[in-house]
Amino acid sequence: MINPTAVYVLWLREMKRFMRAKSRIIGALAMPLFFLAFLGLGFNRMMVPGMKGGVEYIQFLVPGIIGMSMLFSSTFAGLSVLWDREFGFLKEIMVAPVDRISIVIGRIAGGMTTALIQGMLLLGISVFLGFKVHSATAFLLAVVFMLFIAVTFIGLGLIFASKMKDMQGFGIIMNFVIFPLFFLSGALYPLENFPVWLRVLSYIDPLSYGVDGLRGALIGVSSFSLLFNLAVLLGFTFVMIFLGAYFFEKSESV
Amino acid sequence: MLAIDVKDLTKTFNGFKAVDHISFSVNEGELFGLLGPNGAGKTTTINMLATLLKPTSGTGFVSGNRIDLRRDKVRRSIGVVFQEPALDNKLTGKENLDFHAMMYGLDKEMRKARIKEVLELVELTDKSGTLVEKYSGGMKRRLEIARGLIHFPRVLFLDEPTLGLDAQTRRHIWDYIKSLNRKQKVTIILTTHYMEEADYLCDRIAIMDHGGFVALDTPENLKDILGGDVVSLEIEGHEDEVERRLGSLRGIKYAVRHGSVLSLTMEKGERRIPELIAVAQESGSEVTCVNLHKPSLEDVFLHFTGRGIRDQEAGRNERKREMIHRRSRRRG
Repeated sequence: MINPTAVYVLWLREMKRFMRAKSRIIGALAMPLFFLAFLGLGFNRMMVPGMKGGVEYIQFLVPGIIGMSMLFSSTFAGLSVLWDREFGFLKEIMVAPVDRISIVIGRIAGGMTTALIQGMLLLGISVFLGFKVHSATAFLLAVVFMLFIAVTFIGLGLIFASKMKDMQGFGIIMNFVIFPLFFLSGALYPLENFPVWLRVLSYIDPLSYGVDGLRGALIGVSSFSLLFNLAVLLGFTFVMIFLGAYFFEKSESV
Repeated sequence: MLAIDVKDLTKTFNGFKAVDHISFSVNEGELFGLLGPNGAGKTTTINMLATLLKPTSGTGFVSGNRIDLRRDKVRRSIGVVFQEPALDNKLTGKENLDFHAMMYGLDKEMRKARIKEVLELVELTDKSGTLVEKYSGGMKRRLEIARGLIHFPRVLFLDEPTLGLDAQTRRHIWDYIKSLNRKQKVTIILTTHYMEEADYLCDRIAIMDHGGFVALDTPENLKDILGGDVVSLEIEGHEDEVERRLGSLRGIKYAVRHGSVLSLTMEKGERRIPELIAVAQESGSEVTCVNLHKPSLEDVFLHFTGRGIRDQEAGRNERKREMIHRRSRRRG
């Protein structure tokens, strides 16, 4: 069924493309870094109501910004099917004697790795800016959350990419899906400040559990328990990966 | 054994019949052409045979495997060169080939050997380490043809292989295609809207229009449908007698004389010229000039589709441009 060579080939392709696109890496890191720098500095002396236990704003912000970076790079990785369709390479992949599920897994593996590299770079830079990672366990737990966030949103990107014929709808997805997911996730502020009706929306945003989990893992402060966050995120991951694979399988490549 | 066997193949897009109940078969080792204007349904046909599109109704077999049921078997036995480039521009030529070979399950040794072979075949060995985005259009085409061949396909689909290429590169690619078919014994199905391409390359041609076939035969037979070749003789002396005697020869369909030039319509004109000259000389006349005009597929195409009936402006303009292009080349 699953063809390991095909998965490897697609992963390797993503790695080569990623390593060759230095400007892409810098571009992808720039926005989260700006958020981190300006919001972190701008709000540093402010007391944000609803925040637990005397945490500095920068400490609160870093996990949120890592979640943001994972959201963007993963969704784009899923949506990159659109680029392949635009440039014709999708046909080359689709005409190969390989199970569609192997193609989906290869794409997830590639997107997950690139998103994770970007998340790690961001974490590294944050440490340089004064963020503290307390233990190796905290770090490993954070990586687990990052992985699940990545797979979830690659799945989401795949769903959109399978439903769209070209790049026309990209701006709409950016403005009406990705940014709302980001703002609803509580990456920049505690969700406790939201009115109840808005909080309901936050609770169906997978990223809320990812960001809260990252916060729990990295700074030890979170709304839900780590285990709860992990379980809910895992549920989203399976649903998204299944739907992504399903719609990708159903889509026509020409 | 048949390389391709298609029965009542049909594809409908939102009620529009792109391909309408076509049936045909292609023998192994044949070079088969689908000729038609843009929008005739050629690419849709190829996409269905290559398992990228599901037929609305009807089906086909490629190397004995049904295209809608045994997709993986079909995929394994075919190579496809798409109309639009399907390369990864951010990879080198060699990487594109290597990834393809891995997807088709070739082991490392085999990959190395095959990549070297196909690169030599398309003369891209010294460019294999360059990123594909730096390639010219012709080089990309050649790389795609090389890629389509790596895994020893039994059937190779070429969708408009020379679209948008200059005359010199086109000629070059024609030669590759011909030698592939002859030397490597690959069955080739190609689509084109260039008459001369179909004429030069194909063993048999199906002329497509509005999703259906309007004719299917060898290029020679298709052209013979128009009544054959025109042989023009310039003669001196006894013109009336020569016209009478030549005009009554077996197989001469029309004889028309304008002054000293006698035009005769017949099949396989080139084989009749010696006989025509001999008869003219017997009648005491001297032949000073002979001209043979063979009808082109262009004439055949117009005969079958009736140009001007279609509202397909794009396709028509393209044909017009091509004719002007050809005319000016003929003069030059």
